[in-house]
Amino acid sequence: MKILFSILLTGILTENFVLAQFLGICPFLGVSKKLNTAMGMSVAVIFVMAVSTAVCYPINQFVLGQKYAYLQTIVFILVIAALVQLVEILLKKYIPSLYNALGIYLPLITTNCAVLGVVLLNVSQGYNFMESMFSSLGAGVGFMVAMIMFSGVRSKIESSDVPEFLKGLPITLIAASLVSVSFMGFSGIVEGIFL
Amino acid sequence: MAEKSLAKEFSKGIIKENPVLRLVLGTCPTLAVTTSLSSAIGMGIAATLVLACSNVVISMLRKVIPQKVRIPAYIVVIASFVTIIQMLVKAFVPFLDAQLGVYLPLIVVNCIILGRAEAFAGKNPVLASLFDGLGMGIGFTAALMCMGIIREVLGAGVIDLTSYVEGLKFEIPFLKENPLLIFILPPGGFFVFGILMAVVNAFAQKKGKPKAELACTGCPMKDNCNKVCAEKESEI
Repeated sequence: MKILFSILLTGILTENFVLAQFLGICPFLGVSKKLNTAMGMSVAVIFVMAVSTAVCYPINQFVLGQKYAYLQTIVFILVIAALVQLVEILLKKYIPSLYNALGIYLPLITTNCAVLGVVLLNVSQGYNFMESMFSSLGAGVGFMVAMIMFSGVRSKIESSDVPEFLKGLPITLIAASLVSVSFMGFSGIVEGIFL
Repeated sequence: MAEKSLAKEFSKGIIKENPVLRLVLGTCPTLAVTTSLSSAIGMGIAATLVLACSNVVISMLRKVIPQKVRIPAYIVVIASFVTIIQMLVKAFVPFLDAQLGVYLPLIVVNCIILGRAEAFAGKNPVLASLFDGLGMGIGFTAALMCMGIIREVLGAGVIDLTSYVEGLKFEIPFLKENPLLIFILPPGGFFVFGILMAVVNAFAQKKGKPKAELACTGCPMKDNCNKVCAEKESEI
């Protein structure tokens, strides 16, 4: 139990996917302008991460194994791409309310490096099924925390007087740098709680 | 095709349409692997090889692949080449495999490669696609090297290429003793990239060209998510 929580907290705080490992930067910078789009995107990412981990883990264990380990990259990306399509179709047919909330974000996620990244990291860390699930949950929630914090920072930037040469993308990146500094404050906290 | 236009396809990726600094694609590896010059070069070369090979194959298959399933087909081609490169790197340059870690297989989802397949290789002849891929790859490598040099010099006070060439190591006198550690940590990546973008934007504006923005125009997936793009475009 202890190790599961430490994996979860590591994913959210110390090894934050966006701010410490630079995975999923495109949606982080692209759809964080408004709080509601940031929320929708993050929920969709958490959902897809959890589903792809749940599907890719048995495929890796029972189909690929050690013998075909070199096929991991190609199999995982295809499984994720197919899965996102399938989830989109199923949601549209059976749970239209959820589809209306998440539908437009799903195609964006196929080529999101955070999803493939979390699956590959789970394999390289040698996690078992529960550990993998908690690790992707941590990664997803970490993404959400970063997105929500950053959308707040961005709404402040919108209303402030930025020097002409920094307007647009540069000031957004510098703001991201400062948010990332604040997350460095968490380093060591997980070891502190669990050891 | 005349030689002149081939040269144009090659050179446009390096400065005018630099994938990182002008089109703002492939930001994840740009931030993640530029903690040192040597890993930046390694990443650049690996991505360039994948880009050139996948551009050639996709361009050869452009009349065979049905329009509707082109994105999955492109992903399969790209993932195959990434797997090949991954095996080659593991076998012949193991230090690079250790440095790049998970970012090596993640070349699959590097949007520069899918972006060029969608925007260029799927519509143009083989030779032009090869040159386009090489040019874009070199532009990507150049941008990574810029970031790598700045971050390694400020953050560590050295430029260490001993893993490629024996004894090739420069130490910067004052910074070696007092490195600004923050530059090789994650926040430094965002900061250096932001400043670099500001400089490039200033030059572009002087020449009367538009600023680089993270918009839907450069994104390979823009047809798939019309709604989000429309929303974003109206915001701007």
